[in-house]
Amino acid sequence: MTNLHALVLESFHAERGAKFGPFAGYRMPVQYSLGVKGEHIHTRNAVGLFDVSHMGQLLIEGKGATNALEQLVPAALQEMIPGQIRYSQLTLNNGGILDDLMLTRWDEESWGLVVNGACKHGDIDHLKTYLPADVTMRYFDNHSLIAVQGPKARRILSELIPEAEQLTFMRSTQTSWNDHDIILSCCGYTGEDGYEISIAKQFVRELAEELTQLRETTWVGLGARNSLRLETGLCLYGHDLTTDTTPIEADLSWSIQKRRRTDGGFLGAEIILKQMTDGSPRKRVGIKPEDGKTPLRDHTILKNVAGSVVGEITSGGFGPTLQGPVAMGYVLQNLCELGTELVAEVRGKDLRCAVCDPIFVKQRYVRNLSH
Amino acid sequence: MTVKYTREHEWIRIEGDTATVGITFYAQEQLGDVVFVELPEADTSADQGAEVAVVESVKAASDIYAPVTGTIVESNSELSDRPELVNEDPENDGWFFKMNLSDTSELEDLLDEADYQTFIQEEL
Repeated sequence: MTNLHALVLESFHAERGAKFGPFAGYRMPVQYSLGVKGEHIHTRNAVGLFDVSHMGQLLIEGKGATNALEQLVPAALQEMIPGQIRYSQLTLNNGGILDDLMLTRWDEESWGLVVNGACKHGDIDHLKTYLPADVTMRYFDNHSLIAVQGPKARRILSELIPEAEQLTFMRSTQTSWNDHDIILSCCGYTGEDGYEISIAKQFVRELAEELTQLRETTWVGLGARNSLRLETGLCLYGHDLTTDTTPIEADLSWSIQKRRRTDGGFLGAEIILKQMTDGSPRKRVGIKPEDGKTPLRDHTILKNVAGSVVGEITSGGFGPTLQGPVAMGYVLQNLCELGTELVAEVRGKDLRCAVCDPIFVKQRYVRNLSH
Repeated sequence: MTVKYTREHEWIRIEGDTATVGITFYAQEQLGDVVFVELPEADTSADQGAEVAVVESVKAASDIYAPVTGTIVESNSELSDRPELVNEDPENDGWFFKMNLSDTSELEDLLDEADYQTFIQEEL
């Protein structure tokens, strides 16, 4: 674990019993004293706190920024309003995905990006290559990112940051807390209602301590972050999304808005839009074993009932909310229908399984405040 | 009755020529919450060191090895419905399987409790 970057809050996490592991070039908390299962269930029932400061926070602005970014992502950006967030992907000429990301519009030509920690340096190089000279990019490596996730996050975080109460899913606001500038975004990667708070590194300990003081909060490591996102069908870059996976294969067509489907104009559009019309050779699906017990891990081979290899699991494990195995993977297009019987090769033995919805546990985002 | 330990963090309780096998308290602590156990069938013969069972935690899958050569006579069927027993009571109710020993001399290479405690201290 040498040559790894330390989080600003490393000693803070260690004081809370964190066990660390390497991830994205950082020494990251994998779990705290509560353990993966307990942290997962706590997040589904109350509030989980996550240090996701390994993620890359970028600000892209200047004349032509919006158009330039639209050439790199399939999301429709021109139509977005200030403070709106959209999920998208940085695509490549082959239709593959360099990274998936969140884009927040701040102004006509001003965009905040949050990209994966493991991809951020590659993303920065990619953006530098394609962005015109008038467009500037700033990498906020002096900022931390703390996620506050769970069904009680709204009520409880509002006690500290009143703006949280009215902020709905995929909306963001630049505000302040204890006289420190913060960006409060209503998004996350657990399938629950919740927020991400961007704050300068020198104030993150102060924020972390106050969040810890709030009732019903607990710190949650990468272990539970993974099982939470997996249960709610969210993709993990490097596992479920790669430079060889298109957004259509990954079943992310919903993230390509209508104008972009018609007009294209982003890297790989020709391939991606053709797949959208004609279908892709393979598709991401959920997979569940018939015994309801055996976890299917990453890289498990999937076969059809005749015994030919037809795909593989890209993310799999155990879902503490479901109390059973959860997995997603890719299968040939003709086998992607729900209920299709498949065979998983687990430790040399054939295990019967079936294609299912990759959303094993319903997402509970707060899209409006009327209920 | 003698209890021995392996460097793979299993315990073996020997009663006559029958050995009961499970994983140690330290092992379950390292694994985290156990969510699935795959057990060997009765009458399976296994060489010392052969992979005979699998324990999966929320984090990963780990192999369980036959600590000695012999024949599996019984598996703890309770674990298939309650894998959490491995965490709750690893060295009693959370046992994995029982085997008949073929060669009791293999026991001499295993660790006694004091040696095992020293071994895990060194691993930490």
